[in-house]
Amino acid sequence: MIMNRKIFKEAVIRTVPVMTGYLVLGTGFGILSEKNGYGVWWALAMSVFIYAGSMQYLMVSLLSSGASVISTALTTLMVNARHLFYGISMIDRYKDAGKRKPYLIFALTDETYSLVCRGDCPPGADPHRFYFLVSLLNQIYWIIGSVLGALIGSAITFNTAGIDFAMTALFITVFVEQWLTAENHIPAIAGVVITVACLIIFGSDLFLIPSMTLILIGLSLARKKLEPKKEKKEEEDND
Amino acid sequence: MTDTKAVILIAVSAGVTALLRFLPFVLLGSRKTPGFITYLGRVLPYAIMGMLVVYCLRNITPLVWPHGLPELLAAAAVVLLHLWKRNTLLSIAGGTVLYMVLVQFVFQ
Repeated sequence: MIMNRKIFKEAVIRTVPVMTGYLVLGTGFGILSEKNGYGVWWALAMSVFIYAGSMQYLMVSLLSSGASVISTALTTLMVNARHLFYGISMIDRYKDAGKRKPYLIFALTDETYSLVCRGDCPPGADPHRFYFLVSLLNQIYWIIGSVLGALIGSAITFNTAGIDFAMTALFITVFVEQWLTAENHIPAIAGVVITVACLIIFGSDLFLIPSMTLILIGLSLARKKLEPKKEKKEEEDND
Repeated sequence: MTDTKAVILIAVSAGVTALLRFLPFVLLGSRKTPGFITYLGRVLPYAIMGMLVVYCLRNITPLVWPHGLPELLAAAAVVLLHLWKRNTLLSIAGGTVLYMVLVQFVFQ
């Protein structure tokens, strides 16, 4: 029991950055949804079932502009295609997660991914239980934010402009942390350089899918160079 | 839009999002993980976090005022704070407060 409480406390501490960001962005979503005629129950349903930040913001405009089923499906496909990427890199880590696996996969947002992708979990804790706790806490923050926004959002007078930078800052700290612990910086550099190049070439609406494709191709071609020799040998023995 | 159609659209978006999240696990997860996927699992997180940082900064305008300065200054503050103290909460809070001050008072 003491152990459980310790692990829960650790999960809360690690998710505080996401809590800040999700409460703010979730509130923003709730306000937007309510203003467009989709009040608290709608905002709640979207945060429970869709649970994808930028997509939910777009969903409000799709709903209020009377979009078709096809354009809703295509928009979601384009905006959320990056989640394919998260899945590919989490297959091994979530492999034996058992009954928690469906939720772990369902709840793999950008922010949750940034907390679980490094695979560090407190000593003595069951990793899958810990990741589950982190994932669930994050969705709870998001839901609280959306409901608050839909209920009392218009009463906020404090100037919150710029507070959404918390999410960017979270990704930057994860990036720096990975940089400090990586044995090879090529994947990190490739991710930044390829994405910036695609942003310049394709523009801010279309660059994500070309970036992902090029990153996948680039890392695949570089496998011989990036794979440490001794591990490569181990793998050959396993195959 | 009728409520029924709104429910359908939300269900479609939820379905497609879940499909994208589950697809890699369904296609690649059942057998013994191929060496190539293990390799991607190791190198992809580095590239993805780089991509996400750029994604968050995609709307800055380097050629037009304020030339992305609030974002770049706040991002630099996050990096420096993190290299100095290596405390995630401090880095995020410091960078975010600086960014809020910059966009609300300095680069209005």
